[in-house]
Amino acid sequence: MIEVSGVNKTFILGDSTVHALADINLRIEQGEYISVMGPSGSGKSTLLNMLGLLDRPDNGRYSLNGVDTQTLDENERARLRREQIGFVFQAYHLIARLTARENVEMPLMLAGVPARERHEAVAGILDRLGIAKRADHLPNQLSGGERQRVAIGRSIVMKPALLLADEPTGNLDSRSGAEVTEILENLNRDGITLLIVTHDNSMGERASRRIRMVDGAVAADQRFERVV
Amino acid sequence: MRLLDLLRFSLLALRRQRFRSAMLLTAVGLGVGAVVVLTALGEGARGYVLGEFAYLGKDTVIMMPGRKETTGGMPPITGVAAHAITLEEMEVLQRAVPGVTALAPMVMGNGPVSYKSRERDSMVIGTTAAFFPLRQLQIAQGRNLPELALGEGKQVAVIGQKLKEALFDSGRAIGQWVRLRDYRFRVVGVLAGSGDSFGADLSEAIFIPVASAQAVFNVHGLFRVTLKVKENYQVEAVKSAIAKQMQLLHNGELDVTIISPDAMLSTFDSILQVMTLGVAGIGAISLVVSGILVMNVTLMSVKQRTAEIGLLKALGAPSSQVRTLFLTEAALIAAAGAVLGMLLGHLLVFTGTQIYPDVPFATPAWALWASLALAIGTALVFAWLPAQQAADMEPVNALGKK
Repeated sequence: MIEVSGVNKTFILGDSTVHALADINLRIEQGEYISVMGPSGSGKSTLLNMLGLLDRPDNGRYSLNGVDTQTLDENERARLRREQIGFVFQAYHLIARLTARENVEMPLMLAGVPARERHEAVAGILDRLGIAKRADHLPNQLSGGERQRVAIGRSIVMKPALLLADEPTGNLDSRSGAEVTEILENLNRDGITLLIVTHDNSMGERASRRIRMVDGAVAADQRFERVV
Repeated sequence: MRLLDLLRFSLLALRRQRFRSAMLLTAVGLGVGAVVVLTALGEGARGYVLGEFAYLGKDTVIMMPGRKETTGGMPPITGVAAHAITLEEMEVLQRAVPGVTALAPMVMGNGPVSYKSRERDSMVIGTTAAFFPLRQLQIAQGRNLPELALGEGKQVAVIGQKLKEALFDSGRAIGQWVRLRDYRFRVVGVLAGSGDSFGADLSEAIFIPVASAQAVFNVHGLFRVTLKVKENYQVEAVKSAIAKQMQLLHNGELDVTIISPDAMLSTFDSILQVMTLGVAGIGAISLVVSGILVMNVTLMSVKQRTAEIGLLKALGAPSSQVRTLFLTEAALIAAAGAVLGMLLGHLLVFTGTQIYPDVPFATPAWALWASLALAIGTALVFAWLPAQQAADMEPVNALGKK
């Protein structure tokens, strides 16, 4: 599903050059559950942004479902993001003036899906994520766990093949964090490819494939039997 | 994105920034209101002036002694002409120029008009029966001046409404004799209405046969002559025929001025139209100035919603869509401001018509559409730069900002 070869990304900070990604080679199959761990500044988030087409590598090749992404223009990249990739962020990134339901609907709305079809599609997701009752609340009326569930709803409403989560439990207490983790793992069980960037060892060790990054390079890439 | 969703999304965004939206609404509203009010003033002035001309039909020609040259040199002093226009010449004109159907010569002066112990200084107009239909004046009581030969005097008069009231109160005026200098005139008719035209209040005037007026004021020449052109005759052709005839009568010298109100009217009309456009332009400037505010507010909005822009891009919104979102917000607020400005402007115009009922204040339709289009156009043009800035943001950078 994903093929990354010889990808580099450098930032210039002051007068020093930082290798955020150093010669990354990765192959990810559909339905994998991957955690990416490593110290701050090791390039985890840069990797996630690059895989999510939010950022462009300096060189190398990245193919997503057989499409070479380095030759695409911004609009084509936007379309791929819309149709194939879901994002879950640490800070939720909900739109404050929209209700939970509307936030979940947002990708459909941007895609021009009529309101009635949107409502049908969203109702099932809200139900499944256990936030149906909170659907008409604004984000600031929701708890952190509920907010993240809304964000997850939004990330899967377009039925993407790849779900990228950047510290999804970073702002949550342990109970809400566990609930969110479970939701993500259930989605993975249903076939979505799940990649979680995390600091949290206990979370990272739940994944069947664990990538460890140091100084922008893949230091370890191990596969385990699914714990659960 | 569907239009309805786009509008709703933009409206929600505008509601979140109430103060900024209100500020923009006011700025655009004032601009549009200015256009509405100023063009209404211009149109009102135009309507007022045209209305003043309206008593002269399209088919009338006015002739006066003297000639105003526009080719340079000293202009002649008004009223001083080599040759006066005389009643005898008018008789010739009536016979010789086929296009002339009616002719109202005018001798004007001022004199004390008295009845019993009451006296009033009045405008005295010596003319013929043709004067009243030509000026579209109605006789309220009694009759018009009698049909006389041009040179024939008679001691009869038609008086204006106000003069009648001043001399007779509510008493009967018809059949009474009034005195004007050394002459006495029997009132045969009273004019209807205010008869206000060109500042001269005809309702305070007394009208007597032209030959009588010449006798009263001891003048020979005519002040001016109003001529009516026959149906199916070209006004311009008749005008030049009259000029030719007058030149012949005045020993080959063309020393009369002949104007057709229609030509004058169209000159005035175009002058006043330009004036209306001018004041509309002034209003438009304030609208364009409000565009600067639109740009600033949109810029602020883009800066403040950087994270949202990043999110929209992560969710797959192409650059053009992000730009459309911000442009829609600007256009919406401009349209709302324009509607507000129109309401405000119309309210002011309505108040104006209540205070000055004589002046037909009215905003022309083109000004309404133009101001609406200009408001939205300005908003789009000025919002384009910040909207494009939003559209060009790199998603990863935008998302990182909080």
